[in-house]
Amino acid sequence: MIAEAGLAALWLAAALAALQLALACGLGGGQGRAVGTIRAVAVGQGILTALAFAMLVALFLRSDMSVLLVAENSHSQKPWLYKFAGAWGNHEGSMLLWVMVLAIAGAILALFERRLDERTLGASLGAQAALALGFFAFLLAASNPFERLNPAPIDGRGLNPLLQDPGLAFHPPTLYLGYVGLSVAFSVAVGGLIRREVTPAIARAMRPWVLAAWVMLTLGITAGSYWAYYELGWGGWWFWDPVENASLMPWLAATALLHSVNVLAARGGLRAWTMMLALVAFSMSMVGTFLVRSGILTSVHAFAVDPTRGTFILALLTLYIGGALVLLAMRIADVKEGAPFQVVSREGGLVVNNLLLSVILGVVFLGTLYPLIAEAMLGVKLSVGPPYFNSVAGPIALGLAGLLLIGPQLRWRRDSAPILPRLAPGLLAAIVALVASLIVAPGIGLLPRLGLTLGAGLVPASVMPLFGRSLRRTPLAVWGMVLAHLGVAVAILGMASDSAFTKEQLTAARPGDTVAVGPWLVEFRQVMPAAGPNWTALEAELRASRGSGVIILKPQSRFFPDPPTTTNEAAIDTSWNGQLYAVLGEQDEQGRWQLRLWWKPFVTLIWLGGILIALGGALALVGRLLRERSQRRRVEEAFE
Amino acid sequence: MSRAIRFVPLAILLLFVAIVAWRLAIPDDTKIRSRMTGQPVPAFALAPATHGVQGLSSPDLATGQPHLVNVFASWCVPCIAEAPLLMELKRNGVAIDAVAVRDKPADVAEFLGRHGNPFQRIGSDPESMVQIALGSSGVPESFIVDGKGIIRYQHMGPIESGDIPALLREWEKAR
Amino acid sequence: MRHWLLIVALLAAPVWADSDLPSARWANEQLPDPRQEAAASKLMEELRCLVCQGQSIADSNAELAGDMRAMVRQRIAAGEKPEEVRAWLIERYGEWVSYRPPIEPLTWPLWIAPLLMLAAGALLLRKRLSGRR
Repeated sequence: MIAEAGLAALWLAAALAALQLALACGLGGGQGRAVGTIRAVAVGQGILTALAFAMLVALFLRSDMSVLLVAENSHSQKPWLYKFAGAWGNHEGSMLLWVMVLAIAGAILALFERRLDERTLGASLGAQAALALGFFAFLLAASNPFERLNPAPIDGRGLNPLLQDPGLAFHPPTLYLGYVGLSVAFSVAVGGLIRREVTPAIARAMRPWVLAAWVMLTLGITAGSYWAYYELGWGGWWFWDPVENASLMPWLAATALLHSVNVLAARGGLRAWTMMLALVAFSMSMVGTFLVRSGILTSVHAFAVDPTRGTFILALLTLYIGGALVLLAMRIADVKEGAPFQVVSREGGLVVNNLLLSVILGVVFLGTLYPLIAEAMLGVKLSVGPPYFNSVAGPIALGLAGLLLIGPQLRWRRDSAPILPRLAPGLLAAIVALVASLIVAPGIGLLPRLGLTLGAGLVPASVMPLFGRSLRRTPLAVWGMVLAHLGVAVAILGMASDSAFTKEQLTAARPGDTVAVGPWLVEFRQVMPAAGPNWTALEAELRASRGSGVIILKPQSRFFPDPPTTTNEAAIDTSWNGQLYAVLGEQDEQGRWQLRLWWKPFVTLIWLGGILIALGGALALVGRLLRERSQRRRVEEAFE
Repeated sequence: MSRAIRFVPLAILLLFVAIVAWRLAIPDDTKIRSRMTGQPVPAFALAPATHGVQGLSSPDLATGQPHLVNVFASWCVPCIAEAPLLMELKRNGVAIDAVAVRDKPADVAEFLGRHGNPFQRIGSDPESMVQIALGSSGVPESFIVDGKGIIRYQHMGPIESGDIPALLREWEKAR
Repeated sequence: MRHWLLIVALLAAPVWADSDLPSARWANEQLPDPRQEAAASKLMEELRCLVCQGQSIADSNAELAGDMRAMVRQRIAAGEKPEEVRAWLIERYGEWVSYRPPIEPLTWPLWIAPLLMLAAGALLLRKRLSGRR
């Protein structure tokens, strides 16, 4: 019953999407009233899709094994949290989540957007409906989450051990809110281009969505990186894996879009760029979804490989992105230029910022697809991995960091004031860090050294915009910018530190042996059996000390019987200046145990930086929303 | 933006779709073939994999007669299915030597006892060194080496009955 | 969820089954000379595991990856240069086994593209900025 109700809700929602699109197309006739209807239909579509998703979740929570998806991905013994998360821990369920976010985003846009010209909003909602329609079709035709299984098995197939991790359970929804949140920017851009209304109002309408989506993406990527770090057992936190790149590309586009949209909203400049980036950002989300679900790229993260589904998504992608780009090409000449600006100005800095971000995006795109291109065109199999991406994207990213030292402090339009005083704190901190690193750590590589230098310089530089202002009157958005840029500095410092100062120790040890790693002396005491709800393990007891105090680490080698899998549960101790990371391996013929130990100074700064960046964005979002609400109040009061 | 530039993004999209559509149509063959075909067998000397058999060294593969080198292991499940087909090849006059990867003598003996021994020599490769030197990426694989010690052909995966004619053809070519 | 098949791929054994023998000695032990170990470690991070779904041999639990690590360490300890070991492996498995793409006509686009994009971007900007003084 529930499954059928869910499926019915989905069909109805799809029908509403079709209606929404039809109404929007009919808008050319010029009835303002139609927009009211379109708004209502959009809200209905959102509600129905949410209902469908709720039904799916209900099926999982009740462990209804007569539904194929539940039988394949869940088990009655799973803790309820993972039953809940199991709803999106598979292709069909996550696709439904994707479509739900798309529909709800449209509904919120329809409910709350008041600044946009009515007909532009109508066109935008039409674009959103067009997007939704394709994905509804995909769901209903090729990925039905509510398919029944007859006869129903007694219990489900999967208690997949690695998915039973709270971080991993919530990683997908976070990312999806990000990917699909960018769809509103896409739709508003399409609406604006159709109506020839590329104005600051469009940017103001788009901005909260871009900010919110970007914050979610930042959080999602940061969380994913940390999960990989503690779960995979080798201390790595980014692998330039195709699926990781698929999440990075929309983020890069969204970062550029974020900066661009501010210029359009505040100064009326960068119109064409902003529209282009708005289209590219969601396009990258769709490309990412395609890459992950089609199985054309080999990845540790790849979803179940299904070329037919891949082909469907490819068709949707071609239609949407192609259509949008054709529209852009046709209307770009109509987009009025904004106020002129000189190279040395805030706009100039932002343009260079966008350029550098776009180049990194281009490099990641090319590198990810190059093995495919080489094989398609020349029949040669090659691999493009971290050595390429680090050596090309790394320096460009450092260039961006350098730009950040002065960019946010430049004046709009034209900045002929002396730059040095504003650059001084950042430059000074950078020079001090450079000299310190040369003295203390002469042997580290050039990239890490530059990272330490620029990261250190960025710390004071990111705070500079607050100088000479009344702090109480400084808008929240500026605080947000400062925090986000500070987060960038912190993250760069963490990455450089991990690269330069990590100490690794791989040994085979007997109980009683002591191993040194970095400043730590680690005593290997014993290996004992341990057990959990659905696993057994061998747990090592390690005592580590560096001077005063002893910390105890208990890495495990865990065995799950169903399906039989062995995992390494790393033991990590976090202190103020780094993490001690311990992994237990297998025993060799002589009874020695394999131990992997790492001392990673300041590695947590990487994810702390990510969180700060997201927080900064959230602050900016709240600041903008509050300001708009108070402005609206003032306008309303003025009219009373 | 100038006239031509406005179409660049679209061009990139179309290129992307073309390449990706190609891959959807022609799925990836994930096997990593050895690049050593046409090259001489790398020098190696392996101890006997179990009692009662002789070890395998590279000079044994350059005696003027071709050899089929089977890279296998007792813990390899498809190798069991392959065993009778190796016997058939042996009956057809193919000289077969083996490299036992990561194997214990007792396990190899048990495997041979249970599934028969089509091999003239069996070398023990406990750390996969010879497997890697040959460019093999898994078990089972078979290489046809000619009389001069040049690798002429690689068969990846277990030998199935449909593969026998092709293998015999390659064997003749290597004579 | 993205890491779905990561479990299966990463932790499940390579292609067919797992051998009974423990890992090779040098698969998980560091070379006594720290400089050699650093060189070996850097190389291992750039070599691709043959039986995994896109991992370097440095990050893989697969047996064959362990044996390849042992091979790399032993060769470097014997005095071979990392480039020589990489070249030896490429001779066996092709360019695919190295995560660092070679610098040859086949891969020039990879290395030229960033420069081209920067130049194109700069040109585009110059046109816009100079057209409006």
